[in-house]
Amino acid sequence: MKERILEVRGLNVDYGAGPGSVRAVRDVDLTLHRGEVLGLAGESGSGKSTLAYGMTRLLPPPGVVASGEVLYHLQDGTTVDLLRIRDAELRRLRWSEIAIVFQGAINSLNPVQRISTQLVDVIKAHSPKTSPRARQDRARELLELVGIAADRLHSYPHQLSGGMRQRVMIAMALALDPRVVVMDEPTTALDVVVQRQILRTLVDLRERLGFSVVFITHDLSLLVEFSDRIAIMYAGQVVEEAASADLYRSPLHPYSDGLLRSFPALKGEKRELTGIPGSPPDLRSMPAGCAFHPRCPRALDVCGDRVPLLGQSRDGRSVACWLHPVAVG
Amino acid sequence: MSYLLKRFGFYLLTAWAAVTINFFVPRMIPGDPVQALITKQRGQMTSESVRSLYVLFGLDKDESLASQYFSYLGQLLRGDLGLSFTFFPTPVAEVIGDGLPWTVGLVGITTVIGFLLGTAAGAVVGWRRGTWADSLIPVTTFVSSIPYFWLGLVAIALLTGPGSFFPASGAYAIGLVPNWDWQFIGSTVQHALLPAFTILVSSVSGWILSMRNMMVTVSSDDYVTVAHAKGLPERRVMLAYAARNALLPNVSGFALALGFIVGGTLLVEIVFSYPGLGLQLFQAVGAKDYPLLQGIFLIITLSVLLANLLADVAYLALDPRTRREG
Amino acid sequence: MRTNPKALTGLVALGFFALMAVVGPWLAPFDPSERSSALLQPPSAEHWFGTTHLGQDIFSQVLAGTRSVVLVGAIAGVVATVLSVLVGVTAGYLSGSAGEGLSALSNVFLVIPALPLIVIITSSLPETSNLTIALVIGLTSWAWNARVLRAQTLSLRRRDYVEAARANGESAWRIILFEIMPNLTAVIASGFVGTVLFAVVSEITLAFIGVSDAGGWNWGTVLYWAQSQQALAQGAWWWFVPAGLAIALLGTALSLVNFGIDEYVNPRLRNRFSMPGVRMRVGFTPVLPQDPKLAQKLETS
Repeated sequence: MKERILEVRGLNVDYGAGPGSVRAVRDVDLTLHRGEVLGLAGESGSGKSTLAYGMTRLLPPPGVVASGEVLYHLQDGTTVDLLRIRDAELRRLRWSEIAIVFQGAINSLNPVQRISTQLVDVIKAHSPKTSPRARQDRARELLELVGIAADRLHSYPHQLSGGMRQRVMIAMALALDPRVVVMDEPTTALDVVVQRQILRTLVDLRERLGFSVVFITHDLSLLVEFSDRIAIMYAGQVVEEAASADLYRSPLHPYSDGLLRSFPALKGEKRELTGIPGSPPDLRSMPAGCAFHPRCPRALDVCGDRVPLLGQSRDGRSVACWLHPVAVG
Repeated sequence: MSYLLKRFGFYLLTAWAAVTINFFVPRMIPGDPVQALITKQRGQMTSESVRSLYVLFGLDKDESLASQYFSYLGQLLRGDLGLSFTFFPTPVAEVIGDGLPWTVGLVGITTVIGFLLGTAAGAVVGWRRGTWADSLIPVTTFVSSIPYFWLGLVAIALLTGPGSFFPASGAYAIGLVPNWDWQFIGSTVQHALLPAFTILVSSVSGWILSMRNMMVTVSSDDYVTVAHAKGLPERRVMLAYAARNALLPNVSGFALALGFIVGGTLLVEIVFSYPGLGLQLFQAVGAKDYPLLQGIFLIITLSVLLANLLADVAYLALDPRTRREG
Repeated sequence: MRTNPKALTGLVALGFFALMAVVGPWLAPFDPSERSSALLQPPSAEHWFGTTHLGQDIFSQVLAGTRSVVLVGAIAGVVATVLSVLVGVTAGYLSGSAGEGLSALSNVFLVIPALPLIVIITSSLPETSNLTIALVIGLTSWAWNARVLRAQTLSLRRRDYVEAARANGESAWRIILFEIMPNLTAVIASGFVGTVLFAVVSEITLAFIGVSDAGGWNWGTVLYWAQSQQALAQGAWWWFVPAGLAIALLGTALSLVNFGIDEYVNPRLRNRFSMPGVRMRVGFTPVLPQDPKLAQKLETS
């Protein structure tokens, strides 16, 4: 088995604290190995972004991490729990170990500062001893890495196109050679051509630089193409996890199957595009039993009574569904 | 540059509107104030100054409205604002010329300092939302509801009196002659401290409140979260990302609010008998000195327009999006 | 509103001032202008706020003056709000030069210093009464709200349901009244409250420099006499403290109501999930304590 780099254990994330709070991520376990691309998929509101921001403690108010552990294995062999370390320590680990490419690059860049300033300040903050000259050179190098001419360095964000801004954000994420890059819908706002170009660039960079990726999107067909393993989320829970080839070939959870039927696949066999009827449940009033059963075409009687938990079968597939004997509850 | 030109055009339009208001308002005055003055002065007035006052008040019944308006404009362009009734026969322009430097020095400087201080404090309070800093809000709300001049009265009652360092009135010690020696400058500063403090206390709280709300709003923008994710030092996230962006609406708010603020701050001069435009306005109201009133209104408006233009330049320097480079 | 303690406090205080405006003049123990032999007395059981240099009862003056303050504030507020809705919504709804013209008009009125303008107009009027003062204030202070309303209308006009109504051929009046106005209620209310505050302070300021309703009392007239009779030099603090505090209290009440409206309009300002021990922070999501006992306490609290 490959070396583990990031482990999420029993993570619960709420919006609000005390009475009236809503659980948006429920008891999630997830492991990211070195050098792999882990895809997180689900409809909007499934909790995939909340999970990513919760585990990095970047979730804005009223988000609260209710319980769990986020273990990060450092290069020197020690392990830290991101939820328990001091602010200063967390600040040090951020970006140098785990960098994030946010949804919507339009709002991710500070509108009143030049690209150069925003690339340089992160280098300065983490390695204050570098010379200004060296920082500028690094910023130039980063832009070229993502395919932007270095003379754009002194532009303001509003002077760049949407695709260029997203490339700048990717360049910024790679500034400190992080070991983990979290990408939250990195290409949704862009047109399909630009989207593929950027993802190609990313895959190339990952092969060259060897970082691990957590790739969040609602577009499962993108994940099948670009990731090694996929975790499917529904109503705050991981309902299936598998190698992407396995998931594509034989999705076990009816929800995974429905997601696969929501997007046209770019290669391989064609599926009938049926989508999933209905909409995700209101987190404030979750249905009893399996959260998916009201929308599930293959629901059993037990599905409305008892919650299936994620269990692992002998061939390494994990699924939370009463249709499959691996599920325990 | 086209941005500034457009703003400049707007200020010209506003200046013209103020002049036009000034032309029409005196027509509501009952009776013939100039005749009353002539009677009072017993023929000491030259026919030229009588004529200029008639133009100012629009009392020249032989002329059409349009030609009255143009002779009024012409008179203004020559810098002729008429003669003051109270300081007869001193021209209004000269009276205002005496008061203006004091007002610019006191009101102008303290308004800017108040904005800077309040914005800085509001940035900190907004950033520390959810801590003890929130308890400052009710206090600042209360203080910002107090009229400036009343705060001045309280300051005089509490801080001046026999043996106090702070003088209760005037701009410099009685007996000194204005010039640039240290004794006079020292006395000026000493006299300005308390009125300046009064203006600061009441204006700062308004800026704290507006900047705080902008900080709270901006703090949940994505780029601030990105700055946190980058592991930048907290100071840098707060200043270069949150405050730097929250400042923009506060600067345009400053420009827009100047017209309101100036009114309040001028009143502080009355309380402290500070010899600026505010005190002159007070005297003019009491003496029904219409030419002086109109002159003061015009000069205040023009000063506010100029300050607005400066605020526009500041905004231009702060927000790259308003700059059109090629 | 029930869930917003700030707005509730403000409304209760406003209610109190409104009540005083109605019954104040009858509750006043003395005729506010009546002279007596008790000259410049500090507060006592008989004269709660002391007396003036003519022996007038200051408590009665403040109480009787509430009516004029509330009246002028309300009238000016209504006049300015109606004007700002007319100008602002029209400027936002009309495209082209008519809209631009109205918008320029409100910007002009915004930049011209309001108080000096009010001073020259009121002192040129043949007579000043509460009504004329309120009208002048109302007619000169609508610009700020018109500006805000124009911006709001502009953004509402581009919404799908308004576009759809226009495509269906509904009349402009119907769209403005039934599609746009309901969404402007909070902004209009906040503008009204803001204008009332401005009008109150302006009326008092005018009275303080000597422009007021002939023969009537308001808090500014009290301060005018205190200033002109050198109350400060005579140590008569009671002469100007009560009126000033009354202004500040009324102002605070109005500001509190506006905070409530602001929080309703801008959810980012709301602080709904406050709880002891958990500080909501941008950039560092709080982690609830893992001690099971403490966690349970938080669940049940």
